[in-house]
Amino acid sequence: MVSLSWLMALSAAIFVIGVGGFLTRRNILVMFMSIELMLNAVNLAFVSLGSRLGTMDGQVIVFFVMTVAAAEAAVGLAIIISIFRSRETVHADDLTLLKW
Amino acid sequence: MTELVVGAIEAILMVLIGLHLSIFLLYFERKGSALIQDRVGANRAAITGFGRKLGMPNLGIVNTLVADPLKLFTKEDFVPEGADHFLHGLAPFLALFPVLVTFVVIPFGDTITIAGQTFNLQAANLNAAALYLLATIGIGVYGVALGGWASNNRWALLGGIRATAQMISYEIAMGLAIVAVIMTYGTLDLQEMVRSQGGVWFGFLPRWGLFVQPLAFILLLTAGVAESKRVPFDLPEGESELILGYMVEYSGGKQAAFMFTDFAEQALTAMLLVTFFLGGWQVPWLYRDGFHLPGGHIIAVAPLLVSILGIVSFLVKVVVLCAFLGLVRWTLPRFRYDQLMRLGWKGLVPLGLANVLVTAFIVVATGGAH
Amino acid sequence: MPAGLFWFLAALSILAALGVVLQRNPVHCLLALVLTLLAIAVLFIGQDAIVVGFLQAIVYAGAVMVLFLFVIWLLNLPVESGPTGHLALKLFGTLAVAALLAELAVFLVPSRLQLKFSSAHAAGYGSIDALSQTLFSEYLIAFEVTSVLLLVAVIGAVALARRTTQAELQERKEASARVEKAA
Repeated sequence: MVSLSWLMALSAAIFVIGVGGFLTRRNILVMFMSIELMLNAVNLAFVSLGSRLGTMDGQVIVFFVMTVAAAEAAVGLAIIISIFRSRETVHADDLTLLKW
Repeated sequence: MTELVVGAIEAILMVLIGLHLSIFLLYFERKGSALIQDRVGANRAAITGFGRKLGMPNLGIVNTLVADPLKLFTKEDFVPEGADHFLHGLAPFLALFPVLVTFVVIPFGDTITIAGQTFNLQAANLNAAALYLLATIGIGVYGVALGGWASNNRWALLGGIRATAQMISYEIAMGLAIVAVIMTYGTLDLQEMVRSQGGVWFGFLPRWGLFVQPLAFILLLTAGVAESKRVPFDLPEGESELILGYMVEYSGGKQAAFMFTDFAEQALTAMLLVTFFLGGWQVPWLYRDGFHLPGGHIIAVAPLLVSILGIVSFLVKVVVLCAFLGLVRWTLPRFRYDQLMRLGWKGLVPLGLANVLVTAFIVVATGGAH
Repeated sequence: MPAGLFWFLAALSILAALGVVLQRNPVHCLLALVLTLLAIAVLFIGQDAIVVGFLQAIVYAGAVMVLFLFVIWLLNLPVESGPTGHLALKLFGTLAVAALLAELAVFLVPSRLQLKFSSAHAAGYGSIDALSQTLFSEYLIAFEVTSVLLLVAVIGAVALARRTTQAELQERKEASARVEKAA
């Protein structure tokens, strides 16, 4: 049995990598993937904690996170496509229309 | 420890069965198609003319099963310029391996007792096997998608996109068919599913899933053929529009791996259909102690023989279904791409949903599957 | 879960996660992400969360990621060359990551995680029965709302991503002309 701390540390490590990717990469798609990384790190924490507490709630929450992530991916990618159609870029720094 | 060894042996056995079925399908592809289309087919490898001297027709076994693979594996392994070398090499195996690892969850027999020890004739006795096979089939998409992308070729990319979209679309129909089956048997365990198909209705009709879920059978059959990208659903390739689709920049062993994936998927479809709907290893009217014929006669059979008969029955059913899939390939004309998508999304998915709904009502009305 | 398996999966998932962030080619990033997802799926299964683990492989790795792949192909993204974006942002990002890492390290010291452990699970824990019992009793409303959310997401995605046809553009022009005329 692996101790819970190691699982939480792994989850934290993946989360931090996701945060780093989100902050340093400027390609919207890669930023999106970093968000997925963070979601998965949190999922891992939920499952580990739920498993140690012996309840199913952690897994049910992961189920919901997955559904929401699927919905988010569909809408988010659609937004990226329509941005790309009008601006011809997926570089986050180029999208300065709301800046003045 | 023994369990692990037996499991490993059974897994290797199962993968070998799958590969041999693929070879059978390859043979059928060459010689069976010739039979259907009234031509001679592979006929150039009668070594020493041995069979002909005995008056046998030339079966072309050497052509199809020795010469063809030898030719494929000794060809130059060509990687086009500008291709992603790593992914180009990885893609065929990313397509093939998920199919091969799916074979291990399929039960190919009941328990068998040898020298006082009882073995379960299912390599990996997963209690969530139905989910496992959906997962592996889902992962298999990447091989085709990346094969098309990594080749740095427009036709390959278009073929890859077509193949991926097709596989994803028909996976949903396949999943819905499997959900209805799971609800009927009330378990995710394939061995349990096969066990509950033992016995008879009305004294003579075997309790096979086909008679409970005929619609799911047709859905899974169609989705399985589409999933293996064979005629009538072989849209990812097309000589006049896309050449060989995602395989166009592959040669030698890698292309053989891609071709083999299609055949292995067909064999897998046959095995899944047999497991879910045709009683798996069940022999009609055969119980643990022997045949209980509809008339009331009982023919005693030794327990070991019962187990072996089960394995034989599974293999016979699978081979017959494989041959049927081959027949389908050489009988039906191919679809157009929009027709394929319309069939998948407007035909199979709503039918699958309706089937799930009706099954749910019946399962609840009859007091659950348990 | 055996300790060896955990270490292997942990190393694999961290390396793959680093791959997502460090690769220049978006397709490579995506593949690294798929690898991370699969490693995490096996970690789920190793902790008796069997159904959720398989769902992760089916839904996340098998469907959502393919959607990403399609979008990458559709946009025909080039391989990035050299560092992009403002250097100040990178610096700030790295600092923020370091701060977060330090905070999590302090928080995750083993002595602070005081939880009631029951590592031996009841039979059926993590099975589809147990999951659906919880899902369809305690979380029923959330489940129903999720279905609405998915429907909204589908409609929204179609509305956002679909191209306006020439006929619609013409219609809009005519409509605005009519408005101008009326004004």
